[in-house]
Amino acid sequence: MIDVRVQSDAFDPGAELERLEALRVGAVASFTGLVRADGGLIAMTLEHYPAMTQTALYDIAADAARRWPLAGLVVIHRHGRLVPGERIVFVAAASRHRAAALEACAYLIDWLKTDAPFWKREEWQDGSSKWVDAKAEDDAAKTRWQ
Amino acid sequence: MTVNMIYFAWVREAIGLDGETVNPPATITTITGLIDWLAATSAPHAAAFADRKRLRAAIDQRFAPLDASIAGAREIAIFPPVTGG
Repeated sequence: MIDVRVQSDAFDPGAELERLEALRVGAVASFTGLVRADGGLIAMTLEHYPAMTQTALYDIAADAARRWPLAGLVVIHRHGRLVPGERIVFVAAASRHRAAALEACAYLIDWLKTDAPFWKREEWQDGSSKWVDAKAEDDAAKTRWQ
Repeated sequence: MTVNMIYFAWVREAIGLDGETVNPPATITTITGLIDWLAATSAPHAAAFADRKRLRAAIDQRFAPLDASIAGAREIAIFPPVTGG
């Protein structure tokens, strides 16, 4: 089972984990990314490339499913305007083995950072707004899987 | 050749368009060539495309390097490095 969703609506990590637990394999791991409550940050708006996003995310998920023996995989990425504390992204994997579930989650989030067509714009309390720059360490993190 | 351009994030804002349909001459064969050609069409395009190191691209919804051939492309997107996740 590979479930990839791109949506503006909030999601419930608990419900997603229960779906993976229902597969009745021994291990379920997950990662949730949230908007940081940095001093002065009011909101973050995620723009994306609608015609490409679903396929790009599915390709990353399918790569993970080829690399590790997974019973199930969930990837959810939100777009639109989100405030500090809101969930942005969620990845979860179910496997018979904990290492596979944990490593698959790390792989998914590393690749989402560099290969999913999203762009974040921050709004600050002083009225300023700026596009977030890509981080060199995100590109570096991905290379550990090559 | 007719191709649909799509722009995202600050590239979109700098150009002032979500996208446009363009007809580059047949001598334009790569994304870099297309960017050079578009940059000559207006000051906003030139500003958006000033720093090539900050540009990334996709051809028909697949990431592509800037030196990729545009032969047969229907949709070409130009955007900054992605910042999702």
